Amino acid sequence: MFAYYLQLGLRSLRKNPLLTVLMVMAIGCGVAASMTTYSVFRATSNNPIPNKSSQLYVPQIDNWGPEEAAENKGEPPSSLSYTDAINLMRDKRAKRQTALYPVALSIVPDDMNMLPFRENSYAVYADAFPMFDVPFLFGGGWTASEDNAHAAVAVIGRELNDKLFHGANSVGREINLNGRTYRITGVMDTWNPEPMFYDPVNTNAFADPTEVFIPYTRAIELEMPTFGNNNCNKDPGNGWDSWVHSECVWTGFWVELPTKADADAYRRYLDGYVAEQQRSGRFKWPKNNRLRNVTEWLDFQKVVPQEAKVSLLVSMGFLLICLVNTVGLLLAKFMRRAPEIGVRRALGASRKEIYTQFLIEAGAVGLAGGVVGLLLTGVGVIGVSLVFDPQIARLAELDTSLVALTLLVAVLATVLAAFYPTWRAAQVQPAWQLKSN
Amino acid sequence: MLKMTHLSKVYRTEVVETYALRDFNINVNEGEFVAVTGPSGSGKTTFLTIAGLLETFTGGQYHLDGVEVSNLNDNERSRIRNEKIGFIFQAFNLIPDLNVFDNVEVPLRYRGMKAPERKQRIMDALERVGLASRAKHYPAELSGGQQQRVAIARALAGSPRLLLADEPTGNLDTQMARGVMELLEEIHREGATIVMVTHDPELAARAQRNVHIIDGQVVDLAEDPRFHHAVHAARANSPA
Repeated sequence: MFAYYLQLGLRSLRKNPLLTVLMVMAIGCGVAASMTTYSVFRATSNNPIPNKSSQLYVPQIDNWGPEEAAENKGEPPSSLSYTDAINLMRDKRAKRQTALYPVALSIVPDDMNMLPFRENSYAVYADAFPMFDVPFLFGGGWTASEDNAHAAVAVIGRELNDKLFHGANSVGREINLNGRTYRITGVMDTWNPEPMFYDPVNTNAFADPTEVFIPYTRAIELEMPTFGNNNCNKDPGNGWDSWVHSECVWTGFWVELPTKADADAYRRYLDGYVAEQQRSGRFKWPKNNRLRNVTEWLDFQKVVPQEAKVSLLVSMGFLLICLVNTVGLLLAKFMRRAPEIGVRRALGASRKEIYTQFLIEAGAVGLAGGVVGLLLTGVGVIGVSLVFDPQIARLAELDTSLVALTLLVAVLATVLAAFYPTWRAAQVQPAWQLKSN
Repeated sequence: MLKMTHLSKVYRTEVVETYALRDFNINVNEGEFVAVTGPSGSGKTTFLTIAGLLETFTGGQYHLDGVEVSNLNDNERSRIRNEKIGFIFQAFNLIPDLNVFDNVEVPLRYRGMKAPERKQRIMDALERVGLASRAKHYPAELSGGQQQRVAIARALAGSPRLLLADEPTGNLDTQMARGVMELLEEIHREGATIVMVTHDPELAARAQRNVHIIDGQVVDLAEDPRFHHAVHAARANSPA
């Protein structure tokens, strides 16, 4: 019967082309608006590391006191001071841990025809690569002993490897960073988690991929300042040493805690660490620590732009209005066919059969609306940069899942909108219809 | 085949109750051709729609082919309509968007019949009403008489036990009406039970039995000499 009802539905739609076009356009526009904004929302609210998002944590320690915290809704700073980062690294209470911060590195190519250029670069510990599930094309990360030795080693990205070495295996070869030579230990495969969970503080979480990693210890030894935010609650004084040992917060920190028990233990450790700092007279206020996993951290950092949420809500409202219009159009269309419904009921169609027939017809309208919606979503995705930052707008893409979702939403929404008109159609009293004829 | 006992149908509004049928009793035997007559508003069509399970009744009992129908749900009523009853309406009630073949197919679709059997039955029914060559025509392309023949073919295609006809010639000219009536008589001779509502005494005279309805009740024809006379005269003039 499905094929029969579909055939009847298509015939009915062809009979009133104007009404059909109105319904299809209403659904198409509503679905396109909502899917375009959803594509942005989906990208910005994506879980960038789903397998480990509940195992990776950012510790926060309040080294500034309640007055500064009060200005930030009682929250401790989002970054750590170098003192705290190094202490946590030294204690090694997590399965893996890394301090990290962005550094400014200029790449000086061997090719004399190429000018030096800059790539997004980070100083990290060796644990960062297995912690963040960084994929490697060649080689791998450096070792902990190379961390300890402040070794001149680097991991580079695939794109940089293509640029400098034409895609060849460059492990063991050298790269000139800021005029110093580094040995390449690994070439990452394409890796660009979005949002860029490991450092939303210094980016808008949607930066270009990181192309160079060097050891944190090496960066500190070479007195490389952070290329990101540096927040101080008082003057750190002059010189590298006084800045590094000040209470300025500028370094990120991540720990890997595979189980809830590990996380609880780490929380106790942080409390103990703060108590120790209180006893030493460094912290003169009650403890104010946090330990957030990836999703909590991205939420806390408000990675999803406010305009993405608002535009999604507005477009959903628009879809609702389109569907209300569709309800009216479907009602008019179905009730014009009351005599036919009466005849079908008289000839043996149950109410259920009438429901099925008209819901399938609505589904056909929804599918056509979905196809129009797909085309308009394609246009919308191209035009999304008019509303959002380019770095966020580029995330919106019409991939297979969005195509499927667009069609699904169009069909389901239309079938949902058709429930009332269909219910009315099924209530047609055959006796009255046939008497009135 | 069809038995209504003390049946009533009341239309209620906030201020008034209107009896369309009151203490209505009728018994139609299998294979009978019964004409139901009566003035406008007497309840003829209401009787027919209740008989065809298109409408519920307020009180009394209705047995159709031995089944008490008052407690049946919508699905069961629909199934009985589909399998046991064929309808022929004054206004033909063909679906204008479907061609003749597809119109006749409608009740067979709801019976879940396979395509080859459907096709066979449709073509047989159209042959019987003389319209097999018009299978691909749309209702608007046919005369009134031809449309009513299509409606009869649609009613016959499902091999119903009971044919209910509501003024089947009401919208036709005399010649076409005669053709349709002859077709009904032929169907009756082949064993179908037919209940036909009509205003026309001549048509009523061609039925085996006449039932007269006044004010929602069956009355004895003997109590209405004017109608009795009209039927008698019509029978006397009937060519058959």
